[in-house]
Amino acid sequence: MARSSTAHQERSQRSRDREAVLETVRNPAHERVPGDVDRVIHERIRLGIVSALAVNRALSFPELKALLKTSDGNLSVHARRLEEAEYLSCTKTFDGRQPKTEYKLTAAGRRALERYLNHMEALIRATRER
Amino acid sequence: MLSSGPLRSASRGPIPIDARAADHLRYIRETMENAAEFTAVPGWGGVAMGVTALAAAFFAARQTAPRAWLTVWLMEAFVAVAIAAPAARTKAHRANASLFSGPGRKFVLSFAPPIVVGGMLTFALYRAGAFAVLPGVWLLLYGTAIVTGGAFSVRIVPVMGLCLMLLGAIALFTPRMWGDILMAAGFGIVQIGFGWWIAKHHGG
Repeated sequence: MARSSTAHQERSQRSRDREAVLETVRNPAHERVPGDVDRVIHERIRLGIVSALAVNRALSFPELKALLKTSDGNLSVHARRLEEAEYLSCTKTFDGRQPKTEYKLTAAGRRALERYLNHMEALIRATRER
Repeated sequence: MLSSGPLRSASRGPIPIDARAADHLRYIRETMENAAEFTAVPGWGGVAMGVTALAAAFFAARQTAPRAWLTVWLMEAFVAVAIAAPAARTKAHRANASLFSGPGRKFVLSFAPPIVVGGMLTFALYRAGAFAVLPGVWLLLYGTAIVTGGAFSVRIVPVMGLCLMLLGAIALFTPRMWGDILMAAGFGIVQIGFGWWIAKHHGG
C-alpha cells in the first residue's frame, strides 16, 4: 500500500517536472534557468560537488578541490551553500594536528541530484519531441 | 578533463536548450567517473584466492614431474579466475558500478594485457622446457597487471602489485626449489593480507 502511494507520488512528480519542462520549451524566454530546476545544484561547481559525492562515501576538502580544479575560496563558498540547503553534511576533525574537513551527501542531496538528472533528461526528450 | 566553467558556444550564439541539458549530464557523468575509486577489486575474493594458492603450492611442491607441477598451477589459475570474476562483479554491482564502464573498464583494460602476455609466455616456456623461470614470470606479470589495473583503483592495490613483482624478481634469480615457496608467499600470503585489508577498508 505504502509502496503504491510512493509510486503514485513519484509519477505525479515526474508528470509535474515534464509539464514544467514542456512549458520551458514552449516558451523559450525562460531558457536561461529552465522550468523549476533546482538552482542550488544548477551551478557548475555545486553540481560537481554533488556528483562527486554521489559515488563516494565521503570526500575531504583537498580531494574535492583537486577533482574540481578550483580554488579554496570558491569551493568553500559553494560547499557552504550546499550545506545550507542540507544537501551536504560537513564533519571537521583533526588528523594528528592537521584539521580535516570531510563532506558527505545527505539523503536530500541525493534526491536533489536524481531530480536534477530526471529534469535534464526530460528537457532533452521534450525538446526533441517538439 | 573536468571543466568547471560554464558552457559557452564557440560562435557565441544562443545555445539550444537540449545541448545545454546534454552538457550538464555529460559533466555529471565525467565528474562521477573521475571521482569514483574503483573498489570492485574483491577483498574477500582475494583472501579466498590466497587460500587456494597456498593449497596449490602445497600440492605442487610434492610433484616430481614438471608437467604435473604445471598442471597443479594451471588448475589453480582457473580456480582463481572462477573466484575473482564473480566476486568482482558482485562487488561492482553492490557499488552500483559496472566492470565494463568508467573506472571499471579502465581497470579491466589495464589488467588484461600482462595476463595475456603471461599466458603466451607460459606456453612458450613450457615448449622450451624452461619450467624453472615460470614462478618468476607469473609473479612478475600478475604483479604488473595489479599495478597497471590498480593505477585506477584504491592506493593499496598497486602496492600489492609491487610486492608481487618484488617476489617475482627474487624468484627469477633463486634456485627452482624456491619457486613454490615464493608463489605461496605471493599468490597466497600477499593476496590474503592485502585482500583482508581491502575487504576491511574498501567495502568487502
